[in-house]
Amino acid sequence: MGNFIEFFLRFLPDLLSGAGMTLLLTAEGLAAGFVLGLGTALARTYGNRFWRGLAVGYIELFRGTPLLVQIFLLYYGLPGLGVTLSREWAAFLALGLNSGAYQAEYLRGSILAIGEGQMIAGRALGMTRWQSVFNIILPQALRLAIPAWANEPVSLLKSTAVVFLIAVPELMAKAKAIAAKTYDPISAYLAVAVIYLAMVYLLDGFMKWSERASRIPGFETESARA
Amino acid sequence: MNQFFTYIAQGTFITIAVTLVSLPFGLALGLSLALVYNYGGRWAARAAGAYSLLMRGVPPIVLLFILYFILSGRLLNLSPFWAGSLALGIVSSAYQMEILRGALQSVGGGQMVAARAIGMSRWQAIQHIIVPQAVRLAIPPWSNEASIVLKDSSLVYALGVPEVLRRAQQLSATTQQPFLAFGAAALIYFVLVFLTNRALDWLAEKTKLPTQHT
Amino acid sequence: MDTPVILQAKNLTKIYGKNVIFQNISLDVHKGETIVIIGPSGTGKSTLLRCMNLLTRIDGGQIFLEGQEITAAGTNEDRVRQQMGMVFQNFLLFNHLTALNNVMIGLSKVKKMPQAAAREKAMHELSRVGLSDRADHYPGQLSGGQQQRVAIARALAMDPKVMLFDEPTSALDPELIGEVLGVMAQLAREHMTMLVVSHEMGFAREVADRIVFMEKGSIVEQGSPEDLFERPRQARTREFLGKITELYGKKER
Repeated sequence: MGNFIEFFLRFLPDLLSGAGMTLLLTAEGLAAGFVLGLGTALARTYGNRFWRGLAVGYIELFRGTPLLVQIFLLYYGLPGLGVTLSREWAAFLALGLNSGAYQAEYLRGSILAIGEGQMIAGRALGMTRWQSVFNIILPQALRLAIPAWANEPVSLLKSTAVVFLIAVPELMAKAKAIAAKTYDPISAYLAVAVIYLAMVYLLDGFMKWSERASRIPGFETESARA
Repeated sequence: MNQFFTYIAQGTFITIAVTLVSLPFGLALGLSLALVYNYGGRWAARAAGAYSLLMRGVPPIVLLFILYFILSGRLLNLSPFWAGSLALGIVSSAYQMEILRGALQSVGGGQMVAARAIGMSRWQAIQHIIVPQAVRLAIPPWSNEASIVLKDSSLVYALGVPEVLRRAQQLSATTQQPFLAFGAAALIYFVLVFLTNRALDWLAEKTKLPTQHT
Repeated sequence: MDTPVILQAKNLTKIYGKNVIFQNISLDVHKGETIVIIGPSGTGKSTLLRCMNLLTRIDGGQIFLEGQEITAAGTNEDRVRQQMGMVFQNFLLFNHLTALNNVMIGLSKVKKMPQAAAREKAMHELSRVGLSDRADHYPGQLSGGQQQRVAIARALAMDPKVMLFDEPTSALDPELIGEVLGVMAQLAREHMTMLVVSHEMGFAREVADRIVFMEKGSIVEQGSPEDLFERPRQARTREFLGKITELYGKKER
């Protein structure tokens, strides 16, 4: 145990720079995923047959295949079609597309939970369909989605670990390098596990705090009944 | 072309094999932990809870590597296939524990009281009354976990196990057709996940308890 | 009642946190007797019943079944519960089993009876409650009254010495109450020893050998239905019965 702590402290600065990259990838993936997910959820709820089909196809494809396969397809596969992406771009796109497919489902669930009634009320005031969506449905749907959505940042953080397999210099990649240098893979990966645990704990705490901070009094009780 | 298909088909068998080892192993371990959590007394429950938090707070691939090096080390000397599959099973057991303990809890205290009232011991009640009902409740979230394990089996690529993705990579090198190779891998996973979901949906339907009032 | 005492509670006390649910309750139940416990809600009637078959631990006092102290240390509680049947307010049938299997499971798993004998006995009990034609229905396919009757059959199958009923009709729609009370009245006629907590005054009046009025954790008064309804001695008893008979009216049976 004492050896491990010594090991851990020795490589901490190096590991932390890897952790920084991990957090960056998470933030980027989350943001891209949110935009994609929201667009897809709207397309699936309010779009015509073409858009709905596209949305469903995207969701099924990215939820039905492993993230690692998606990364490889973008990084190694696309050059076969003449499109070459840098490793950072491939990782970012794969994470964003993957997260977007899952976020689309959470968001669609919340939009549906808000219910027809709110849309009708908006239309009755003379709003167009899209005005109702943006001014009435979405503000409520987004708040309602927070508890379920709060799992996504942690989930995404954990899934960024696989991008080291295309040599993106995040936390896992650092672990691999340290393992090779010290011939002590177990300590190296244990050290990384500790850092992931710390990040997950902090992120989870942050999500719980923001959930509490954004509550509308009486809103959850109403939506719990809905 | 023919060689392409057989090569990648062999990879598919390995992928299925990895899943068929890790998923049931995860179930056995997860169910035991869930029973310990719900019925094992305060300290055992805390230990099980800590296990769950730790295993779910770390990325599967990190745990895979740690467990792989332990399981294939001098003590046990398991092959990459076995070390990888069992490691994935251990990772999954934490998620399955959460699903199953929720299901056990949903069955409800009343069922336990009724079972004790006819003289069943606690263990008899768990075995004959609680678990059969909990299993039915657990099927929908469990089928989600099953497709996750199937997709996570791709992680054993990193251990050199010749499953679909590694085969695809080798094919991509030999045929110089990377998009085709990796596209095929994606398609195979898609079909496997699809079939697994359908099969488990069918199972959920089949084991549903009849409710209409006659 | 001049038959031997089969179930005896001596100075029972139950405390929950800071609340005293009941204190120093004593009750003798004679073989073949039907006792109905009445009283306002929350006075510990249900808790008392659950203490009788050791589902709930008592904090003071002793309980004797056929002369043996079942609250003694080292008693096999499961064995004790095999000899007492309990029927719950919300039926608590095993949802994953058919009516027949619900009745059978105690026989096959607890009493370790061979399948054929268990099935025969289970069918017999189901006929006794009038539900042999629903044997392969699941609880989800049965009405509340039918579920409760299956629950009674399930308890009867174990050949209990005493049957405990915890507000058996309180969760039923009015038109279904009759079928359950009918079964219970039949059991009383067959000299089953029964301890019933209920608000059904008509049933109490017609079927009980003794009525016990409990309030605020103690027995206020007890006696035969005639004594209690016609000549209540305590003011509280008079008050309670007055309000209740207003509400429920005299039940025609």
